[in-house]
Amino acid sequence: MSVMTANTQAAQPTPPSRKRNSLSKGKLPRWAVPATAAGAIIVGAAFSTLTGFSVATFAIYSAVLFVIAGTVLTSVVEGRRQGRNAMWTYLIYGAFLLALIPLASVLYTVLEKGLPGMNSHFLFSSMNGVTGAVDNQSVADGAPVIGGAYHALLGTLMITLWATLISVPVGMLTAVYLVEYGKNGVLAKAITFFVDVMTGIPSIVAGLFAAAFFGLLLGPNARMGIVAAVALSVLMIPTVVRSTEEMLKIVPNELREASYALGVRRWRTILKVVIPTAISGIASGVTLAIARVIGETAPILVTAGIASSINTNVFANWMSTLPTFIYYQILTPTSPTNIDPSVQRAWAAALLLILMVMALNLGARLIASLFAPKKGR
Amino acid sequence: MAKRIDVKDLNVYYSKFLAVEDISINIEPKSVTAFIGPSGCGKSTFLRTLNRMHEVIPGGRVEGEVLLDGDDLYGPGVDPVTVRSQIGMVFQRPNPFPTMSIKDNVLAGVKLNGKKISRSDADSLVEKSLRGANLWNEVKDRLDKPGSGLSGGQQQRLCIARTIAVKPDVILMDEPCSALDPISTLAIEDLINELKSEFTVVIVTHNMQQAARVSDRTAFFNIAGTGKPGKLIEYNETAAIFSNPEQKATEDYVSGRFG
Repeated sequence: MSVMTANTQAAQPTPPSRKRNSLSKGKLPRWAVPATAAGAIIVGAAFSTLTGFSVATFAIYSAVLFVIAGTVLTSVVEGRRQGRNAMWTYLIYGAFLLALIPLASVLYTVLEKGLPGMNSHFLFSSMNGVTGAVDNQSVADGAPVIGGAYHALLGTLMITLWATLISVPVGMLTAVYLVEYGKNGVLAKAITFFVDVMTGIPSIVAGLFAAAFFGLLLGPNARMGIVAAVALSVLMIPTVVRSTEEMLKIVPNELREASYALGVRRWRTILKVVIPTAISGIASGVTLAIARVIGETAPILVTAGIASSINTNVFANWMSTLPTFIYYQILTPTSPTNIDPSVQRAWAAALLLILMVMALNLGARLIASLFAPKKGR
Repeated sequence: MAKRIDVKDLNVYYSKFLAVEDISINIEPKSVTAFIGPSGCGKSTFLRTLNRMHEVIPGGRVEGEVLLDGDDLYGPGVDPVTVRSQIGMVFQRPNPFPTMSIKDNVLAGVKLNGKKISRSDADSLVEKSLRGANLWNEVKDRLDKPGSGLSGGQQQRLCIARTIAVKPDVILMDEPCSALDPISTLAIEDLINELKSEFTVVIVTHNMQQAARVSDRTAFFNIAGTGKPGKLIEYNETAAIFSNPEQKATEDYVSGRFG
C-alpha cells in the first residue's frame, strides 16, 4: 500500500500552480449561482415594492428572475445544453420547495395553535361535565381551560385497534389467495377488480354501509365503537390487500421452489418462508393503512356518534374519536359565547392526531428494519 | 438408501406445448448421471419432472411413467410432497432462505415441516450435513449468522447441505455450478464425487468438461428447432459419449462442431 502511494506521488507532476485549470475553461465560477440568486432577490424585492410589497409577489418575482437569469447566464457561458440543464434543475428544486410549503405551514400552524392547550390535564381528562358555563367561567377568570380529549384519544385507539384486528387477517389472507392460489384465475381477477373499486369508496359511504348493516342486525340507533371499526376496516382492507400483495409478489419464486423441493407443503411454505420473507413490508404497509384511517371523521360520526365522557366498551354506547372531537369543538363550541376554549381544545387534539400519525409512520420504518432479513457475515 | 429411477415414454407439457418428447431412460443408483445439451432442449424441464417440481409451474403436466425403485411417481394417489422429500433438488442459483441462519437453513427441511427435533439431534444433523457438503470447517464458528452472508459457492454448498439433511434417495442438480467461479465449482464437483457413495445424483450441466469429470453416465438431449420438442438423442457411459458417440449429433455437440 505504502509503495503504491509513493509511486502515485512520484508520478504526479509539479504541484498545482496558481494558473486556472485549462480543463475548467468555459465554466461558470463557483460564486456565479449564489450571486445570481442574490441579484434576483434584490431586483425581485424592488419589483415587488413597485406594485405594493407582499411576501408572495416578492417570492414569485425573485424565483422567476432567478430561473431566467440563471438559465441565460449558463447558456451564454457554458452552452445551450448546460443552460437547459440549469433551467430544469432550478424548476425541479422550485417544485420541491412549492410542495414543501403547505407541509411546513400545516406543521407550524398546528404546533403554534395546539401547543398552548397541550398539557397533562388535556391528555388525561374527558369533556364529562364541562359545559358552556365552565368555559365562560375559565375565560372570565383567565384560568386554564378545563376539559380534555382523553375520551376521544381512547376512542381513537380502541376503534382503530378493532379496525386493525378486523382488516389485517381479512386483507392478508385475501392477498395470500391472490398471489399464491388465485394466480390469474377468474376469481382472483374479480377480487382484484373489487379491491380496486373499494379503494375508491368515499369514506362516508363506508360509514353509511356499516351503519345500515348494523341497523339491519340490531335495529336503528345501533351506534357504537365496533360499527365504526367495521366502517374503518372497509376502508383499510383494500390498502392492506394491495400492500401485502405487492410484498408477496416480490418474494423470489426460487425460495418457494427451494421449500417445495425439501418436501414442504404449500401452506407451510407460505406460512414459514413466504410471509416471513415479506413480513417487514407487510407490517409497514399495515401501519400506513392504520395511519390513513386514524384521521377519518365522517364514517365515525354516522357509526359511533359523539360522546363527551369516557367509554372503553366498543360494543355499547356512543364513542368519540379525535377527529370527531375536533369537528364538534369547532362546529358546536361548548360555550357559544366564548369559543376560545373549544378552539384551543380542537387544535390541541389536532396536534395529538398529527403526533400519532407521525409515530405510526416512524413505527412503520422501525418495524420494517426490525423484521428485514438480516444481513451480515 | 440410493434408489434407481426408470423413465418410460415420458412426454412433458407446458399447457398445450410439448416441451420434451418420448423420453425413456434408466438412472442407476449410487452413480452420477449427467444431462447435457444446448439451451432450451428440455434437460432442466425433464429434470424437474423427476421430483414433480415441473407441475409447480402453472400449466405444467406430464404423460408417461417415472419409476422410483419400481413405484410410479405419477401414479394415482401419490402425494408430490412425499416424492420431493425422497428426491431432493439443488437449483441453478444458490437460494438459501434469507430469514434464516446457516443452522436453520440446514434444518429447514425438518423445521419447515413442523417436525420436533431435540437440540442434540439437531446439532449433530447440522454438523453431519455441513460436513457432507464440505462446508463445516468454513462456517462452524458462525452457524447463527444469516446464510445470505456467505459467498456464492458457500451458499450453493449450504443448499446442498440443506438437501442432504432431509436424507433423500436421489439428488437432482440443475446446473449447480453455472453461477460459481472455478474454485467453487471444483469444490462442488469434489462434493458430487463423494455424494455418489450414498445417493443417486443427476446433474444438468452446460459444461461438457464438467460432465466428463463428474459423471458415470451421460445423456445428450437435443432439439430439432425452436418450437419443436426436446428429445433424448443418446445415453451411454460418459467415456463412450465423449470418445466414441454413436450419433452424429452427439459427436458434433461434444466436439464443439455443433450447428
